Amino acid sequence: MPTGEAPAPRPQQPQPQMWDDHRIEVILGNLLRSGVLLSAAVVFLGACVYLSHHGHESADYRIFRGEPSEFRTIAGVIHSAVHGRGRGLIQLGLLLLIATPIARVAFSIVGFGIERDRMYVAFTLIVLAILLFSLLGSGLGV
Amino acid sequence: MTILEFTSVVAIVSFVAGLLGSLTGLGGGVVLVPLLTILFHVDIRYAIGASLVSVIATSSGAAAAYVKEGFSNIRIGMFLEIATTFGALMGAFLATRIPTSALAIIFGAVLIYSAYLSRKPRPLDQRNLPPDPLATRLRMNGSFPDLEGPRSYNVQHVPTGFSLMFGAGALSGLLGIGSGAVKVLAMDQAMRIPFKVSTTTSNFMIGVTAAASAGIYLSRGYVDPGLAMPVMLGVLGGSLLGSRILVKAETKSLRLVFSVVILVLGLQMLYKGFWGKI
Repeated sequence: MPTGEAPAPRPQQPQPQMWDDHRIEVILGNLLRSGVLLSAAVVFLGACVYLSHHGHESADYRIFRGEPSEFRTIAGVIHSAVHGRGRGLIQLGLLLLIATPIARVAFSIVGFGIERDRMYVAFTLIVLAILLFSLLGSGLGV
Repeated sequence: MTILEFTSVVAIVSFVAGLLGSLTGLGGGVVLVPLLTILFHVDIRYAIGASLVSVIATSSGAAAAYVKEGFSNIRIGMFLEIATTFGALMGAFLATRIPTSALAIIFGAVLIYSAYLSRKPRPLDQRNLPPDPLATRLRMNGSFPDLEGPRSYNVQHVPTGFSLMFGAGALSGLLGIGSGAVKVLAMDQAMRIPFKVSTTTSNFMIGVTAAASAGIYLSRGYVDPGLAMPVMLGVLGGSLLGSRILVKAETKSLRLVFSVVILVLGLQMLYKGFWGKI
């Protein structure tokens, strides 16, 4: 059923509010899918660069060393990706992936705002604050 | 093993895990960490970081398909995300402080519980429950398209569901999984949300919850690009394929096989955790 049109009249009228919610959700769902596909494309590009340079070295993940700072901060990842480094590009794709659900939450604020649902605007702001704290407050933004 | 071989094998295993997870509805993330640690001897912290990233990918990738069906309820989702994201933050901080053997033991217990839950028949949807005052004030009650036309439902026991979701978020942040098992407890059993609504709504929440801990994992250096790349691409590919063939496949026997795999992996993780082999 096209989502932009009013639902056909039925014996039991569905709540109009649910249909507005549904329209917002369809937009958000497409946003999420585009974000994932974009990030997967960036990761794949990085994978090609990385494997062509390092494919024949030996793999070892037995011992945990922690990643160097260029893969642990947003600035470091962007710097590495801009210089065309494979692992930097992969990490940039992963950052885009993490940003996708965060963008969904941010857009939900607009959706609830259009519906004038102040309570849910507030709830969504709380969720967004927690997400941004995790992303920026944990040292990733440095 | 060279990096090229390692990447290919991990990508194939992740693809199969994503495919089976999507076909059975049990999620692929839950088997990834034990597979990576047991089969490939990857340090559990790297495995958790890679798994967490793949959880975001599958959840967000499937969202568009779920949304079109019109089952999910964004108000329930957003309200409960306050609990899950906060829990995920706690879980991620905790993960950097507790020993890896303890992580393995908790992981084993969650796997065994998931296997048990997947063999248990789902509680039947209870219809015509009375509206709960708190759920009504939070505007959580809704309706969804059912076979006989739109069906409305009333959400129950919001505080219990909210607390359980905090636990689900904490486990997600601690172990890098979607924690579908705890979500079933919270949304199906406590809040009495109809099965179709709870499944699609929790899919939405899983990505947001995982994003809350992913930032912390990345900044702590737990997300290795070389490992996360084949895991994320493999799981995403497998789960997208799974969601396409879902209708045709015979999932009952597949579910049995997959839950046995989960059980065996759970026992292995317990063994590794208790005998310090990790």
